[in-house]
Amino acid sequence: MLLGEQVASLFSELGVTHVVTVPDSTIGKWGDPIARTGIRLVRVCREGEAWAVAGGLHLGGARPLVLIQCTGLFESGDALRNIVHDWKLPIFSVIGYRSYLNQDTLPGDTCLVFTEPVLDAWKIDWKLITKPEQIGVIREHYTACRAAQKPGAVVVAEGKA
Amino acid sequence: MSAAMDLRGALSTLHHVRAKDDVVVTSMGTAREWMAMGPLNPLDFVFVPSSMGQAPSLALGVALAQPNRRVIACNGDGSMLMSLGALATISAESPKNLVLIVFDNGIYEVTGAQPTPGSALGRADRRGVDFAAIARACGFTSVFRYDDLERWRADVRGALGANGPVFIVLDVAPVAGAVGPKSPGPTPERTKRFMEALRAG
Repeated sequence: MLLGEQVASLFSELGVTHVVTVPDSTIGKWGDPIARTGIRLVRVCREGEAWAVAGGLHLGGARPLVLIQCTGLFESGDALRNIVHDWKLPIFSVIGYRSYLNQDTLPGDTCLVFTEPVLDAWKIDWKLITKPEQIGVIREHYTACRAAQKPGAVVVAEGKA
Repeated sequence: MSAAMDLRGALSTLHHVRAKDDVVVTSMGTAREWMAMGPLNPLDFVFVPSSMGQAPSLALGVALAQPNRRVIACNGDGSMLMSLGALATISAESPKNLVLIVFDNGIYEVTGAQPTPGSALGRADRRGVDFAAIARACGFTSVFRYDDLERWRADVRGALGANGPVFIVLDVAPVAGAVGPKSPGPTPERTKRFMEALRAG
């Protein structure tokens, strides 16, 4: 839906220094464009790691962003809880919403059942974008969350898994 | 484990030689013992409360953001087993300034001393997992293992100063009746102090 170049340019404009990520078939295509902007791409082995790495980066004075799929959000649970709620670190994330636009590959994908309730359960202030022209929502929400020094997420609708 | 040293002795050896401007991240049992050794340095990050297994990842983040400062992460073997992939992540990023120390006592200490699945006692083959071999296989080139306090004391400066990222395994004895570490205070205040200390140079 969104082009990697658009996203990379936006992250760069927002002052993001590191993108901590596990790819999926949509957001994985954003990696090279992001790296070309000079933002450091930190590839972790599982999504739980991403929150702690981002937390450490934030403590060290960097401006990290976590980029994962919603399945990785599910995997992230305790690490997210610790970094975002125990330590109150304002880590921002962009989360791919698997199958939202197309369930041909995975009919009845339960990501559609659990993604939004899980975000709510973890008390994350999140916004959903379903069209390319909504990319500005990332800028607005990132800026608002940064000003408030609180965590936030933008969930990006994806097509076929 | 072939032998084991006293946890307090192993950790106090590090406490004694750490540079004033080193960041030291402790968690679980190492946090408990570190806090018992006296006033904390402003660059001590006592990772309590933690998400078990995440201390090396948090330390990696600090090391990447502060490339001119040595960051020493103290981890337990049970915690290391929870996040073995962090070894691949760290070696992929290859921060020259990161030292990861695993204090291997073979048990989940604060939950009642149950054996980990990595310890000899917790395994059908009675052969403990070799963390040093795993680290080497992940790409760490500076890997050390000590089961003797005198050797650790003699080598500590050299090991900490080796070409990073550095991986050190210390075989330590369980602490009988050990309890989990108590949080040293509200996290927002500790975060603020730690970040100010980093900015102060």
